[in-house]
Amino acid sequence: MQSTPMSNAEMRAPRKALYVFEAPVRIWHWLHALSIIVLAATGYLIANPLPSIGGEASQHFMMGNLRMIHFIAGYVFGIGFLVRIYWGIVGNKYSRELFYLPIWRKSWWKDLWGEILFYSFIRREAPPSVAHNALAQAAIWFFNTVLGLFLIFTGFALYSEGLGLESWADTWFGWVIPLLGGSQSVRMWHLFGMWLILFFAIIHIYMAVRADVMTRQTSVSAIISGWRHYRD
Amino acid sequence: MPTRDTFYEVMRRHGVTRRSFLKFCSLTAAGLGLGPEFAGKIAHALETKPRTPVIWLHGLECTCCTESFIRSGHPLAGDVVLSMISLDYDDTLMAAAGHQAEELLEQTIEKYDGQYILACEGNPPLNEDGMYCIQAGKPYVEKLRHMADHCKAIVAWGSCASWGCVQAARPNPTRATPIHKVILDKPIVKVPGCPPIAEVMTGVLTYMIAFDELPELDRQGRPKMFYSQRLHDKCYRRPHFDAGQFVEHFDDEGARKGYCLYKVGCKGPTTYNACSTVEWNGGLSWPVKSGHGCLGCAEDNFWDKGSFYSAVTDFGVMGGAEATADKVGGILAGAAAIGVAAHAAASVVSHMTRGKAQETSHD
Repeated sequence: MQSTPMSNAEMRAPRKALYVFEAPVRIWHWLHALSIIVLAATGYLIANPLPSIGGEASQHFMMGNLRMIHFIAGYVFGIGFLVRIYWGIVGNKYSRELFYLPIWRKSWWKDLWGEILFYSFIRREAPPSVAHNALAQAAIWFFNTVLGLFLIFTGFALYSEGLGLESWADTWFGWVIPLLGGSQSVRMWHLFGMWLILFFAIIHIYMAVRADVMTRQTSVSAIISGWRHYRD
Repeated sequence: MPTRDTFYEVMRRHGVTRRSFLKFCSLTAAGLGLGPEFAGKIAHALETKPRTPVIWLHGLECTCCTESFIRSGHPLAGDVVLSMISLDYDDTLMAAAGHQAEELLEQTIEKYDGQYILACEGNPPLNEDGMYCIQAGKPYVEKLRHMADHCKAIVAWGSCASWGCVQAARPNPTRATPIHKVILDKPIVKVPGCPPIAEVMTGVLTYMIAFDELPELDRQGRPKMFYSQRLHDKCYRRPHFDAGQFVEHFDDEGARKGYCLYKVGCKGPTTYNACSTVEWNGGLSWPVKSGHGCLGCAEDNFWDKGSFYSAVTDFGVMGGAEATADKVGGILAGAAAIGVAAHAAASVVSHMTRGKAQETSHD
């Protein structure tokens, strides 16, 4: 499963383009992004509902619909995550970069430090990298994999409350509720997880656009076409 | 009490007619969510089984569980179970006092070793060797451990015995500790609530006495028959929640129309109890019906969970600092946006200075 890192010479060799993101990875990325937008918007409104609507209760289903959309998007997020894990196993070596951190590799730590210096404007050149640089990999590992799993577990635990005791969701995820100190606490941690994802999304989008504008590699177009182009 | 009477005999002696006894059996069966055939089974069990003694202990508590219990909606249910219990030991309700009362405990252990049910109201404080709650000259925790050693099963009444409740609120100076963290070797049924609903209490006790087994419990040790759903799931205001019609202030039009109380902090969506079905005071009312949100009193740590009057509550991060997820998250996301803008500007400046540096080096 473990990919061997490229030698420095290999990395520095002039290259026109490299196929990094395979089709399933790209489709998942955009579905995942879309589900996050829908989940964040509906989730925020479930915690902080809109001003009340008048008339008979039977004429409206505002919260009901918001919750239903949230649940459907949650399924997209959760099932997408499972499919993505599968692709991390069978896909190319870049496809599994978001599921682990190569902390046993000295060169990874060196690259991580190099990236930090580069983004702090202390060093002019970033260490060479192919798919995700060391800093990006650390960020994506935490905010996508760890936080994503946390949101899936807390989310489906809350969903199980509606399905009831002994439902499949209760059997698989119900134990999360007492573990985090009860239903209200799980809700608040789930809500906080949403804010952490937004925090990540802002920086993620900025970094991707910045890489396109300021470095010699393409980034935004790479997650659309799959090909990373090198301008030199 | 030299011979062990049956429940039925005890009830008859207390002036309960057979007709009333059978009514009590069918009512209890219905209250427990059992089928009609169980009324006969309960009656049969109570007629033939020797009476199970119940010892009712009080630790750190406010006696609201007892107050609730003696107001059981169906007066007979309360009377019946109460007369069964007060025969043995409950320091609030029994006639005996002082040494005489404490002797009763030893007599019960002697006669019914391993056969009685221990009902615990309140919890033991463990700090200072338990000195914050002294009964008959000894720390309560010792009395609890002693009685628990010889009992068959324990019923943890209310949020005190089940979770710790107000006396265990941060910083919990007396280290008030729920029963299940002190007694580890006996089956425990948690009946949380501050107080629990009277019919829930009598129902649980009757089930244990009549069927000689614990009711089916959920993951956290609460009887499924009363604690498997949230108030929200059976709330009569639920249609207003689904529609998106909320009380915004307690004096607005929505409050007059009986809209959902979620936005003014109702904890019904996160609280497991039977209030919205069994209701209180014999089905007279319950918090939401009276126009006030649920406080979540049957939930673990409800007193430390932040405001009773907002839906988004503090979530206990960073050493108990008061902050909601929306506040902390909003600051984080805002900081990210500002940080990104600043970094972008710095990147442009860095790029331009580098360009100049390269130009000058070419010269």
